[in-house]
Amino acid sequence: MVSMSSGVVVVGGGIAGQAVCEALRERAPDVPITLVCGESSAPYDRVRLSEILVSGEDSQTLGLRPAEWYTDNGVELLVGRIVTWIDTDRGVLGLDDSDELGFERLVIATGSQPLMPPIPGITLEGVHPFRDPADCETIRSAATSGIERAAVIGGGLLGLEAARGIAAQGCAVTVVHLLDRLMERQLDAGASSLLAPALAGLDIDVEFERNTQQIIGPDRAHGLRFTDGSELLADLVVVSIGIRPETELARSIGLVCDRGVIVDDAMRTSLPRVLAVGECAQHRGIVYGLVAPIHDQARVAAKTLTSDVAGGAGADASALYLGSVPSAKLKVAGIDLVCAGESGGDLEAVVSDAATGVYRKLSVRDGRVIGTVLLGDTRGSEALVAAVRAGEPVDDPLQALADASLAGPADLPDTAQICDCNGVCKGALIEAVTAGGCATPREVMAVTRAGTGCGSCRPAVKEIVAAATGGLSDEPAYLCPCRKQTREQLAQQIRDDDLRSVSDVAATCGTGRECGTCKPALAYLVSEVCANLHREERDARFINDRVHANIQHDGTFSVVPRMYGGVTTPAELRRIADVAEKYEVPMVKVTGGQRLDLLGVSKQDLPAIWRDLGMPSGHAYAKAVRTVKTCVGTRFCRFGLGDSVGLGIEMEKLWEGLHTPHKVKSGVSGCPRNCAEATVKDIGCVAVEGGWQVRAGGAAGGNVREADILTTVTTRAEALRVATAFLQFYRENADYKERTYDFIPRVGLEKVREVVLGEQSGAALRERLRIAKVATQDPWLERDDPYHRHQFDDLAAPEAPEPALVGPPAGGEL
Amino acid sequence: MSAAATTHYACSVDDIPRGEGRTITLDGRRIALFRAAGGWYALDAACPHRGGPLADGIVCDRAVICPLHDRRFDLATGAPLTTGDGVAAHAGEVRGQRIFVTLAAAERRAA
Ligand code: SRM
Ligand SMILES: Cc1cc2nc3c(=O)[nH]c(=O)nc-3n(C[C@H](O)[C@H](O)[C@H](O)COP(=O)(O)OP(=O)(O)OC[C@H]3O[C@@H](n4cnc5c(N)ncnc54)[C@H](O)[C@@H]3O)c2cc1C
Ligand code: SF4
Ligand code: FES
Repeated sequence: MVSMSSGVVVVGGGIAGQAVCEALRERAPDVPITLVCGESSAPYDRVRLSEILVSGEDSQTLGLRPAEWYTDNGVELLVGRIVTWIDTDRGVLGLDDSDELGFERLVIATGSQPLMPPIPGITLEGVHPFRDPADCETIRSAATSGIERAAVIGGGLLGLEAARGIAAQGCAVTVVHLLDRLMERQLDAGASSLLAPALAGLDIDVEFERNTQQIIGPDRAHGLRFTDGSELLADLVVVSIGIRPETELARSIGLVCDRGVIVDDAMRTSLPRVLAVGECAQHRGIVYGLVAPIHDQARVAAKTLTSDVAGGAGADASALYLGSVPSAKLKVAGIDLVCAGESGGDLEAVVSDAATGVYRKLSVRDGRVIGTVLLGDTRGSEALVAAVRAGEPVDDPLQALADASLAGPADLPDTAQICDCNGVCKGALIEAVTAGGCATPREVMAVTRAGTGCGSCRPAVKEIVAAATGGLSDEPAYLCPCRKQTREQLAQQIRDDDLRSVSDVAATCGTGRECGTCKPALAYLVSEVCANLHREERDARFINDRVHANIQHDGTFSVVPRMYGGVTTPAELRRIADVAEKYEVPMVKVTGGQRLDLLGVSKQDLPAIWRDLGMPSGHAYAKAVRTVKTCVGTRFCRFGLGDSVGLGIEMEKLWEGLHTPHKVKSGVSGCPRNCAEATVKDIGCVAVEGGWQVRAGGAAGGNVREADILTTVTTRAEALRVATAFLQFYRENADYKERTYDFIPRVGLEKVREVVLGEQSGAALRERLRIAKVATQDPWLERDDPYHRHQFDDLAAPEAPEPALVGPPAGGEL
Repeated sequence: MSAAATTHYACSVDDIPRGEGRTITLDGRRIALFRAAGGWYALDAACPHRGGPLADGIVCDRAVICPLHDRRFDLATGAPLTTGDGVAAHAGEVRGQRIFVTLAAAERRAA
């Protein structure tokens, strides 16, 4: 079958193929476009594979665009199909399933293949490149399978990211590198000598000047043998020594190729109706192995295609590709490294401190900036990389380095590229705010795609958007994007109209649509504004809050009973042990919050287990008051200055059962040694000589933040009062899913202090908390009083089945 | 759907709370049955991603959100609204107080 499509066919659905389609569609709304993807999925973000190797996240989340994008933009997407031949005279190409496709213009975007050296053993099991999602999954599962050691051949950017991914799985790993310094294309010897120790700190060993001669078999990879005769044992070998542009198809139609398909400044190959873009292309002698140049190339290719297709006499001169300055960031958590341009020049300014692992360098030639290397301290990287790209003149490079570290993204020129992955400049971000009507970083990122690649520019994007929107809070956003209403607006409406339930709110404020995302947020808001005298609608709650337990990966649940202040009794422990045995609980675990967790419980067993335990819910599943960790304090500790156990239990009992915008975890330490880690809790109290320090906004989870000191008071009772006022202030003012560590910086510590410590405002907060608390009850009591008779059950298969009907049933009424 | 489709009595209307779903086994097949605002819907019970129990998801307009990693599926067709594979959909129907489900004949993946 020959498809009659006569527009542009793009061969290869990598980042390059996708970028060409997008740039072309923007310029030419009607040209038929077909994108042929050789891999089994639609174009995805290869760059983020490094991140997924670490996290184990599903590679299906990598998609560059959702399926609707292709239909909405009229791009015909062929997935899992390979172009096997091309007849440029007839304008027809063939696919591996023998379908044929007509074309007017062709773009080769076939990318590259990992380079595998032709050494003995290279095809053994256990030897892998790191290029696609399948490699990523294989490497990750090998690294978690308990093998002794892995080796990565090649100490370039990609090799180091692969090693980091392996080390993150707890597997020992050695990088073997041919030369005497790492990332030799980007780094000089000085930076490289600091990078190796930083890697060692992440459990990544590096061996230099190792030339691999053979991979030791025989049945599968067991190690490496080097040319000097030494060996390294390794059961997993990742090869990352470079790429080989995929030019086979291009050669088959006679395109002139060297390492890659040779293109001119209009991205044309030696056949004018065929263009090439991305890692398969060679421009002025260079094959770029990076994403940023791809976007520049794609834009030029689109211009060439449209000026020609429209009958013009070739591309206009302003539409030429003149090459890119390569820049790179190492995506290894714990090591900050940015480099751009060349690693040396005729004048070099270097600031280096081996003790702190900082190395900052600016290279200059003929009075212009040509390169930068920033390791350990990347402040000002956006400005410096922009200077390298523009080849800015500089008089005093040392001063320029120092100045850059003081400048933030807000000081950059509009032409500075912020997102390298998607080629987005600062000006485009600002335009999305001023002309595009975007109000939050999230909206700007959705529109411009900045920050959606490797993610390293997200902080800069947030800062720029915050400045452009007038420095307003960065992400308060809408409680629900469909309704475009903020938490404050909705709360006001609930008060004004005396709304009592999520469906009331939906009916009054709704757009008539319900996306579902906001249901739990509305459920919290209604309950908070109504002081828990709302009408509870369980369908608005996440499953955890319908059955008061935390859903696990296999659909079972976990049970964490409340243990005030982490203090328990022999009788309680005995009951927990009995329950665990009686219900054959697969795991009993001491949690990070000083309590005991029964994991792997079926939903049906929950009510009976709660009954047998006879303990209240610990709310470990909910956005609610969670644990109050304590240390022994004056009760036993020889250093104790205050009764931390007493205060902790008091706090927990006073607040127990209250829901909050996000979880609230607290801690109370009996002295500044701080054994309960109270300084990194949402709310923390620390006994000091002569009183108590009350803190809030601490974190030691995905973020680490030292809690701010609200005040220091003299008595335990006062400490409790301040902490309680803060809790209610947070309950009333935080956005849903905003932890205290984001809430305080957004609102401002001074404002928090003013309201929480104010005599009247503080008392009013405490009174409102007391009223809300009166209406709470232990959710586990639903064991005897479920809100529905199948609250905890699946439906049984119908016992006396009705006679099965064949064919569609006769119409019934809804 | 082929003529071999069979219709089964599943439960009575008040066996499932409004706006929620429950898992049920019909003809040896695990089905998630939903009582949504717009009607009764039935999908295969397990999320194609990692087997999350779809019946435990939050139900909205015409979609359900898997409780494990937030993938969304169209209640009527089982089509994926986020990413990845879809899930087989079955016809749900109310007759008086009783709910019937017509099982799709074979394993089907809505693309
Ligand atoms: C059970 C426990 C791990 C353990 O075995 O020790 C645990 C288990 C989970 N944690 Fe945690 N966290 C546990 C202590 C912690 C701690 C330490 C602590 O509480 O002192 C932290 C760091 C402090 C903090 O809260 O930031 C912690 C930081 C997180 C985070 C990151 C929060 C952040 O903003 O950085 C998440 C993810 C989230 O909330 O979105 C999370 C989420 C989870 C979830 C709820 C993931 C989920 O949604 O299913 C896990 C539930 C498993 C379950 O059913 O029990 N857990 N988690 C701990 C329960 C403590 C308890 O008794 O209630
Ligand atoms: C793990 C990893 C991390 C990286 N990190 C970064 C980074 O941080 N920053 C950065 O700038 N770059 C990074 N890169 C490099 C970057 O990903 C590549 O430069 C970019 O993806 C190349 O895109 P491409 O479209 O040219 O080629 P490819 O991604 O190789 O795409 C080409 C596509 O064409 C298909 N194809 C080939 N032949 C045919 C045919 N005959 N018919 C149909 N289809 C065909 C292939 O199957 C492939 O899907 C990283 C690369 C990897 C592997
Ligand atoms: S318990 Fe906490 S740290 Fe452990 S896997 Fe779950 S969320 Fe992550
Ligand atoms: S199991 Fe359903 S989204 Fe992951």
